[in-house]
Amino acid sequence: MNPPLLQIQDMTKRFGGFTALDQVTIEIARGARFGLIGPNGSGKTTLINCVSGVLAPDGGTIRFDGTDITTLKAHRRTRLGIARGFQIPKPFASMTVRENLAVPLEYAAGARIGPGIEDEVGEILAMVGLEEKAEANAAGLTQIEMRKLELARALAAKPVLLISDEAMAGLSSTEVDDILAILLILNERGITVIMIEHIMRAVMRFSERIAVLDAGRKIAEGTPEEILRDAGVERAYLGE
Amino acid sequence: MAAKAFWPVAIALILAAIGLTQLLANEYYFFAAYVVLQFVVLATAWNILGGYTGYVNFGSAAFFAVGAYCSVALIKAFDAPLPVLILAAGAVSGLIGLATGYLTLRLKGVYFAIATLALAIVLETFITNWDFVGGASGTFVLRPKEVWLFDSYIKFLFAVMMVLAVAAVGIARSIERSKLGRGLAAIRDDEVAAECMGVPTLRLKLLATTISGTLMGVAGAPYPYYVTYLDPLSAFNLSYAVNAIAMPMIGGTMTWLGPVVGALLLGTAQQVATVTISSELNLLIVGVMLVGFVILAPEGIVGLVRKTIRRGRRR
Ligand SMILES: Nc1ncnc2c1ncn2[C@@H]1O[C@H](COP(=O)(O)OP(=O)(O)OP(=O)(O)O)[C@@H](O)[C@H]1O
Ligand SMILES: [Mg+2]
Repeated sequence: MNPPLLQIQDMTKRFGGFTALDQVTIEIARGARFGLIGPNGSGKTTLINCVSGVLAPDGGTIRFDGTDITTLKAHRRTRLGIARGFQIPKPFASMTVRENLAVPLEYAAGARIGPGIEDEVGEILAMVGLEEKAEANAAGLTQIEMRKLELARALAAKPVLLISDEAMAGLSSTEVDDILAILLILNERGITVIMIEHIMRAVMRFSERIAVLDAGRKIAEGTPEEILRDAGVERAYLGE
Repeated sequence: MAAKAFWPVAIALILAAIGLTQLLANEYYFFAAYVVLQFVVLATAWNILGGYTGYVNFGSAAFFAVGAYCSVALIKAFDAPLPVLILAAGAVSGLIGLATGYLTLRLKGVYFAIATLALAIVLETFITNWDFVGGASGTFVLRPKEVWLFDSYIKFLFAVMMVLAVAAVGIARSIERSKLGRGLAAIRDDEVAAECMGVPTLRLKLLATTISGTLMGVAGAPYPYYVTYLDPLSAFNLSYAVNAIAMPMIGGTMTWLGPVVGALLLGTAQQVATVTISSELNLLIVGVMLVGFVILAPEGIVGLVRKTIRRGRRR
């Protein structure tokens, strides 16, 4: 049998004396729709930073497609097929929206500049609903448009594994539905998706499996139904 | 400028420069124009790291001086010809740029800037204590007596600097329009996002420091022949570091044209001031203009003109 696409083993990350991740182990199957939830400050973004190579973990290993990538640089992981959006948008502010997508298309997806890249850019922008903004300066986008750009830029890296870190925060409920629909289509095309989200309705509907972090530990993992019934999860969210 | 016009214009400029040296007798103009062109190279070189990549180098004077002293050493040791001096100076300064990159590029923002300043001090101390190239008291350099085609060596140096300036600007322009340029811009805008989008940030930054250092060294290579007497104080002069930053900032750091405009404007203003008032005023002029532009037109002259054109079109 194939190994899981992503194996996070005993992941530990400390900031000074503070333990942000404490031996977190998660396996994500190829083609899965995986939800990652937890209260504010529970370590979700930190875990994603370790997986994408933005932070070096203090302990544990990460395997992608069977190979150990724990010490691989971030840009190499992206080229292997791990792409992420940022919770706090990080657009390339001096560039247009189109140019923002050209960077991962050129550097990660390996496409050469030319008519091909233009088609790709147009297709991705149409998908997230930013086609009108292709020539707009990224710095002038609204917060919501910047979130869409985050998703679009990650897609331009042609990911095998797409990690979305709160792509939906601040969006209207129709926009949330739009993004959900996009992620579902991508998943049908074979892209494995990790969704970090505070909007419960969205995660529960989208995910096949969900892991819950609390204070840097994984306190539960299971199907959405199992998570909803879990007493520990309720305690983590609502307090004692 | 239209994309196709660049190289014909560049070649025409070089030919015009050579033509001028044959027509105009007064050496002074070439003496002054050399300095302006030298600043075009320095400003363009600085901008590849500072403008395109977002890393502010305060040590430009050191790269320039290393180029100049590399020439001094090769002249004294082998009486090497100018093309060899230029290539060697570029290679040595490029290597120092690469080394600087390795040592400092983990530093960000102001820490990187301070590190480049420290590097300049280290290199100046090294040269000051190297007797073979004249040590602290400096050294005389004899110009070759004759050059083919030119009736004076200054005119020849002016033509050489014109070629170097055109080459430097051409390199900057090619980078700007290449995959490399887009990668550098991504680094400047957000380094973490760039890395996560597949940009090999460390490798690209090292490329930028190396190319930038090379071009600064190249700018310094003919300098000993220009001054004929070189000492560390003048080669490592603060004015190179300040001008290399101020000229792109005033002209605009986003495109190859910005440093060219800034260098032509500020360089000429300083040459005029040197003749009409005094050279003491030069840094003051630069300082005042820099403050004015940072406040009134932070995107430089090129940015300002573009904005105005865009506004005009909308109407
Ligand atoms: N670079 C850092 N330096 C120090 N502490 C950090 C750093 N990054 C995160 N932390 C801390 O680690 C903890 C986990 O943060 P993280 O951003 O991973 O939480 P999160 O689950 O993504 O929260 P949210 O839902 O608010 O996005 C927080 O207490 C945070 O303050
Ligand atoms: Mg977070």
